[in-house]
Amino acid sequence: MMSTPSTTSAQETNAATAVRPKLAVYKFSSCDGCQLSLLNLEDELLALANAVEIAFFLEARRAVVPPPYDVGLVEGSISTPEEAERIQQVRRDCRTLITIGACATSGGIQALKNWGDTEEFVRYVYAHPEYIDTLDTATPIAAHVFVDFELRGCPVNERQLLELITAHLAGRRPNIPSHSVCIECKRKGYPCVLVSQAEPCLGPVTHAGCGALCPSCSRACYGCFGPMEHPNVESLGSWLNERQARGHRELSHMFRSFNGYLEPFKQASESHERRANQV
Amino acid sequence: MSAEQTKSDIRTIRVGALARVEGEGALHLVMDGDQVDDVRLEIYEPPRFYEAFLRGRSFREVPDITARICGICPVAYQMGSCHALEKAMGVFDQVDDSIHLMRDYLYAGEWIESHVLHMFLLHLPDFLGYESAISMAADHADIVQRALRIKKLGNAIVSSIGGRSVHPVGVCVGGFYAPLDPKKATALLPEVKACLDDMCELVLFVARNLEYPDLERDYEFLSLCPDEGYPMNLGRIRSNKGLDVEQEEFLDAIEERHVKHSTALHARIRTRGSYMVGPLARLNLNAEKLHPRAAELLPKVCDALGKKLPWTNSFLSLPARGLETVHALALAADILENYERPARSRIDITPRAGIGGHGTEAPRGLCWHQYRTDDAGMITDARIIPPTSQNQSTIEEDLRLLANRLVDTPDEQAALQCEHLIRNYDPCISCSVHFLDFNRSQKKCRA
Ligand code: SF4
Ligand code: SF4
Repeated sequence: MMSTPSTTSAQETNAATAVRPKLAVYKFSSCDGCQLSLLNLEDELLALANAVEIAFFLEARRAVVPPPYDVGLVEGSISTPEEAERIQQVRRDCRTLITIGACATSGGIQALKNWGDTEEFVRYVYAHPEYIDTLDTATPIAAHVFVDFELRGCPVNERQLLELITAHLAGRRPNIPSHSVCIECKRKGYPCVLVSQAEPCLGPVTHAGCGALCPSCSRACYGCFGPMEHPNVESLGSWLNERQARGHRELSHMFRSFNGYLEPFKQASESHERRANQV
Repeated sequence: MSAEQTKSDIRTIRVGALARVEGEGALHLVMDGDQVDDVRLEIYEPPRFYEAFLRGRSFREVPDITARICGICPVAYQMGSCHALEKAMGVFDQVDDSIHLMRDYLYAGEWIESHVLHMFLLHLPDFLGYESAISMAADHADIVQRALRIKKLGNAIVSSIGGRSVHPVGVCVGGFYAPLDPKKATALLPEVKACLDDMCELVLFVARNLEYPDLERDYEFLSLCPDEGYPMNLGRIRSNKGLDVEQEEFLDAIEERHVKHSTALHARIRTRGSYMVGPLARLNLNAEKLHPRAAELLPKVCDALGKKLPWTNSFLSLPARGLETVHALALAADILENYERPARSRIDITPRAGIGGHGTEAPRGLCWHQYRTDDAGMITDARIIPPTSQNQSTIEEDLRLLANRLVDTPDEQAALQCEHLIRNYDPCISCSVHFLDFNRSQKKCRA
């Protein structure tokens, strides 16, 4: 049912450099924000379009160069039967598959429906539920196909995205640190939001990459880059419960947002939810 | 694109995946001889159920969640949510003027980056005959580079108070987590002024050098119409055909239909029909409120186009977006020039049970929100009416009119022209997909 746009207008302007690696950008269930991060590289965009052949990127161009592609960037989660099928083809078409952002890496905000009753959701919002074809869950790409690299963030940080593409072109490992937002925050010398403002900051358990943006605005981190490697979510949860008197309902919601379906945030949100329901 | 030619002279033109729009949509056109049988702008963006899963979340979380409806205009969603929730919490009247002003500043940044992205990277290639800005850059590097510079500045404005341009973190119900740093204001101002001057040139360039297809229609234009200033965050909702309602009365003025070929709902003005929102609607209804810098440009643009306002041709949305970008840049410059750190950047809010409805002007047009909360400030009901679903009926009517003129045009050409028309509306398909509670909205007319 889906056809690709015409390739007849595909006048590659840089035909001379025909050996450039081919880049494809795909969208699944998402807000387009992570793809936009690519277009937000204003200073590097034209150079990038010269270094790689942008072979498939519907949001930016009509021309399509047929697969295979060297690198595929995937935005969005899998939430419809059509998407579950399409991702298989995408995997076959791309030598390296990279997920960009929380939707593709953890299921994203739409994964909140995974804890709801999808049928009720459809009825809540639709005059004609029969027109709607949706899966019961929104799931990360890695739940469906092998993924070579996952870039965090809702949205991804465009500098990290550029580093990832550049590293790939150079054949080296990307420099994407896996420590917590806390470390970035300390390095920049921001006052600790958790301690000095008594705000419920997820910085201690959240994956670095944003440059501690929320603390820079005097705000608690809400975890949009998802869990860091081996976070101690249990101890942060207890600390917030005891020292800041945060209720289990609130704690459950904190862990269950843009990366709520990714472990161990998922487990933490469920455990706080259970405790909230006991009271 | 695929086309089928059958014995009976029926041809189907289908663009299965529209390019250079945000989100996933398709064009479907069926012609029987010289008759246009069927025209559909299909929207197959997957449903994400925002309104459903907002239920039970705290009002304070809402602006961050609704921002994720659209990565291109997150500020629009944050602004709609904040204003509507401040009404629900009964504090709307207490919001400081300085907070309102900084909201305009933030929004100006989003208008700039979104308008410039659309005008030069997504829409201009249609006018100049390129498949993308990437190809266009080979021949028009100067234009593309100037546009990228202004777009970057738009992002910098949003980031200066929001932290980042996609899903800013600085916004909260009640204002901003932190005020704009005066040092940042001083640092940004020269670039804002430089971009403002250049944008004026670029607007004249597009007005003078492009050919605008002639597709005149008698539209109903709808936008916010504040007493003072060009519409952005505040104002009554008015149209050129007599609609004039308070923000809270908007739901009574329109009806929405769920049609089979769309996961977005089509909105129409009750008893009348389709309408248009967005830059053209705002400009036609509010031209006299433009910033002086944009106002002085307007007659030159009208001269170059040979068209006085009102502009009743959707292809003229391009110069309209240009004038609005000039307006937004001039507004941002004024705000920065006179900026002083305010006494506070947010007001305190005590949760309560309530209901609040409010729309603001997203780059693509009115984006209207309504929330109900319980005593603890938890959401019990949410409705969001984004711009593209309001324009969808109008786009299809435009397409029908255009298709009538394309009966002798080869398929590929015809498809391109239809796509061009769709892009006049800068359709944001990610936004347009939202879901309403039909069961509980007794007043709704069901198709
Ligand atoms: S991860 Fe966030 S920014 Fe990226 S597509 Fe998903 S919702 Fe948008
Ligand atoms: S501080 Fe946390 S919530 Fe804020 S942008 Fe960074 S990762 Fe996202």
